Amino acid sequence: MSRLLTFLFGRLPIGWLQLTHSRGRFVAAVAGVAFANLLVFMQLGIMGALNTSTVAPYAMLNADIILSSEDGNTLTDGGHIPRVRMFQALGVAGVRDATPLFIGNLPFTLEDGTSVSLLSFGLNVAKPAFTNPGIAAHLDRLSLESTALLDEDTRGMPASVIADLQAGGQYSFETGGNTLTAIGTMKVGGGFLADGMMMMSDQTFLRVFPKRSSGAPNHILIRTDDGVSVTSVISRLEAALPAGNLRIQTMAGSAQSDKAYMSTERPTGIIFGFGVFMGILVGLVIVYQVLSTDVADHLREYATFKAMGFGQPFFLGIVFEEAIILAVFGFIPGFLVSVGLYNALVAVTGLPVAMEASRAVLVFLGTLTACSLSGAVATRRLANADPADLF
Amino acid sequence: MQKSPIKANGLNHYFGSGDARIQAIFDINLEITRGSLTILMGPSGSGKTTLLTLIGCLREIQEGSVTLLGQELFGADEAMFVSLRRRLGFIFQAHNLHESLTATQNVLMGLQVHGTGDAARQRAAAHHILGLLGLADRRDYLPGNLSGGQKQRVAVARALVSNPEIVLADEPTAALDKDSGHTVVQMLKSLGQARGTTTVIVTHDPRILEMADRIITLEDGRIVSDTLQ
Repeated sequence: MSRLLTFLFGRLPIGWLQLTHSRGRFVAAVAGVAFANLLVFMQLGIMGALNTSTVAPYAMLNADIILSSEDGNTLTDGGHIPRVRMFQALGVAGVRDATPLFIGNLPFTLEDGTSVSLLSFGLNVAKPAFTNPGIAAHLDRLSLESTALLDEDTRGMPASVIADLQAGGQYSFETGGNTLTAIGTMKVGGGFLADGMMMMSDQTFLRVFPKRSSGAPNHILIRTDDGVSVTSVISRLEAALPAGNLRIQTMAGSAQSDKAYMSTERPTGIIFGFGVFMGILVGLVIVYQVLSTDVADHLREYATFKAMGFGQPFFLGIVFEEAIILAVFGFIPGFLVSVGLYNALVAVTGLPVAMEASRAVLVFLGTLTACSLSGAVATRRLANADPADLF
Repeated sequence: MQKSPIKANGLNHYFGSGDARIQAIFDINLEITRGSLTILMGPSGSGKTTLLTLIGCLREIQEGSVTLLGQELFGADEAMFVSLRRRLGFIFQAHNLHESLTATQNVLMGLQVHGTGDAARQRAAAHHILGLLGLADRRDYLPGNLSGGQKQRVAVARALVSNPEIVLADEPTAALDKDSGHTVVQMLKSLGQARGTTTVIVTHDPRILEMADRIITLEDGRIVSDTLQ
């Protein structure tokens, strides 16, 4: 290691030798940085899971444009819009087809007595083009009264039920006075949104949600003609449809604004953002403490080096060398432990927590920046190294 | 090549400010010949160490003039100080070795201040001078594992390895026994004869007085005697 650094710097790796000279302190410093990394990774992981589960339902759908009520916060949280907008939209050039989408939360008591909530989606099953292929294959069977597809990741649902459904079996259960029969599964992953999800026909949906009306869906999905620019269709829709309580977005844009809403305006998102901030702060303080103590402990040696004719860049080099060593050596265990904890979290909560390469790179760069920043502050102490005090 | 690498003219120096201001050095005029070995003597508090730090670019000149290797130090900036220090070799009373570096690495620091370059050659030079000072079998030891005298000899090696034009030493033999003290001073003396290295030593050690070319005695910040031998 020392030889490698000598080769890299073209000089003796003073910082490395100094840091590793007192092994106990080095281990403590590295553990501190690793811990800060771990904090940041956990917060980002859960925040990522929040984002993933926020937009998970979009994966079930296949559309280009979504019409929503203006007061809606996210796909699953908002008011209704008049179905007449769909007929108006169908008259706009470039719109190939449109269909209403109903969304509601269905409480359901499991056999073991725990109650869960199932986020239920109602669609026109005669239009399979609006769903992803996995769901579209089941749609014709959903036209049977009171049938549904059940999310295979539904929390608390016995694995035997899911396995049986996947093998072609059925599972009937009662909810709010209605009997529903699951006839197959789909994979969505509710995460933070709900304990599980269901897809059903709009007719079934209106039966289990008797207060909802067929004239007031949550959203209207629109598919455009091939080769037509989606943005131009959106501007034509904006011109054609009456303004007021209507938002017209692309599907991707809608998913993006859902994420932004969940991470900046909902308490959960803010809490995790705050956790990231705390993790960075802990790391900054630890590294500053280690580096400034190290500078203070070596003032005499630095003063000697000054007397020998070493200039300020040399000393800054030592401190930044130490900062970067701490960043690299702290990041590696921090990253590995985080991956382990992610897996544990997935096993325990079923949240879609996953280590993304971009997140790892981001946190590593952040660690380098934070360590260098602490180093920069610690170098202020170098001014105390006065060679005239040596005699 | 200057005949006198060290010149002082009307040099005064003060510590503190306001009422607490004390003058430590009074009107020093001095010229030191190239290649000579000069010993500065005097009781403690006589200002000899202050004089050494003023000559050695470790303190700014307040009043008067010091010309070091042809450069005026009065009003010189930090960059000038740094470049002049590289042409000097300092030996401190305390060895001031870096505890995390081996003997060889400490000596290498004396070379790397001039730039890095051929690592193998630098290493060979460091090993050579450690050998001359009788430390060949200790060269990969950390200072913590060396005796006081050995550490002091490593410090001497660090100061001399880059062939400085001037060596400034503060009690270099205090931590050494008679023989190694003698070896070190003899080495400085022969460097003066062979390469023209100028040496100024602050010392109380009577064992090395006989080897000096010139002995200057300070008292209360003034030169009270100046004898050539």
